[in-house]
Amino acid sequence: MSDQTNTEWPLWEVFYQPKDGKPFEHAGSVHAPDSEMALQNARDTYARRNEGISLWVVPSDQIVASTPEDVGPFFDPANDKAYRHPQFYSVPRAVKKRK
Amino acid sequence: MSTLDTIPKTKKEALVEILLRLADDRIVHGHRLSEWAGHGPELEEDLALANVALDMIGHASSLYSYAAELEGKEDEDHYAYFRDDIEFKNIAMLELPRGDFAFTIARQFLFSAFSYFLYEKLIETTDDEQFKGMLSKHLKEIKYHLRHSREWVLRLGDGTEESHKRMQEAFNEIWMYTGELFDLDDADQVAIEHKVYVDVSTFHDQWKNLVHETIEEGTLTVPDSEQYMFSGARKGRHTEHLGRLLAEMQFLRRSYPDATWK
Repeated sequence: MSDQTNTEWPLWEVFYQPKDGKPFEHAGSVHAPDSEMALQNARDTYARRNEGISLWVVPSDQIVASTPEDVGPFFDPANDKAYRHPQFYSVPRAVKKRK
Repeated sequence: MSTLDTIPKTKKEALVEILLRLADDRIVHGHRLSEWAGHGPELEEDLALANVALDMIGHASSLYSYAAELEGKEDEDHYAYFRDDIEFKNIAMLELPRGDFAFTIARQFLFSAFSYFLYEKLIETTDDEQFKGMLSKHLKEIKYHLRHSREWVLRLGDGTEESHKRMQEAFNEIWMYTGELFDLDDADQVAIEHKVYVDVSTFHDQWKNLVHETIEEGTLTVPDSEQYMFSGARKGRHTEHLGRLLAEMQFLRRSYPDATWK
């Protein structure tokens, strides 16, 4: 399985912003020959039903991800440290109201 | 009205004629594009072509509906499904077989560029609010179709040897059908007087500049515009391809007139 037999376009990850001020969310991925076409393909695949107001596309191979082996060292330490969660503090009424 | 060679007299008749011409262009084009569904060169492009096809059919549907309202017909289906090829007013470029991907892109680009300038001018000109609202909504989608097809002309033209060759052949083949875009007949003149159409020659240069720039940027050669140009489709003189297209498009509705979506 060498790269020479792979005639598929490169893969791009697509992120969309649902509303002004909201964080971008991952929508999925598309194949495209370059960034402009990736943006257009993302629009056609993920943004044709009013999903958002802005799109990002990122070459998938540019994303650095944690591996399954990282699960222990990365995430386990949080399990027994409940004090890191903020639920022990009572939230002032004025702050609650603002939600 | 809207029988062959009938020249509209009133503003309403002129508007109906224009609505049908615009709608027929779009439904025929939309149907041709829909033939790509499941056959696109890549999944993403398959979706893109299907999207454009749906946009085209959507534009046709609202234009037909308005014509039906003005003429007192039941609905848009009357125009789409119960007229024969000779009554269709679309230009021939749009009824030609879908060809390869390069041909589909060449057609999309030339027609979207034309639609873009036409709609911009028409929105400025017309005093019919309903018509104007419709055109403004559709123009947004046309801008996208133009962008998408233009980008593909550049990539195929300036791509591989094979894609360059196919893109050039596509433009060469379709060129004799581009003359019809800018034909103006008596019905158009009446519509122009009533401000429901515009003199298309006023944006011919803009269209030409955009088309030439794009073709040249894609390292392609602009075909000779002095060649023989096809015309007459708006008056019902179509190519052999329209009849077969309509046979496929209309058979279900005609065979089962009462069919409904379940």
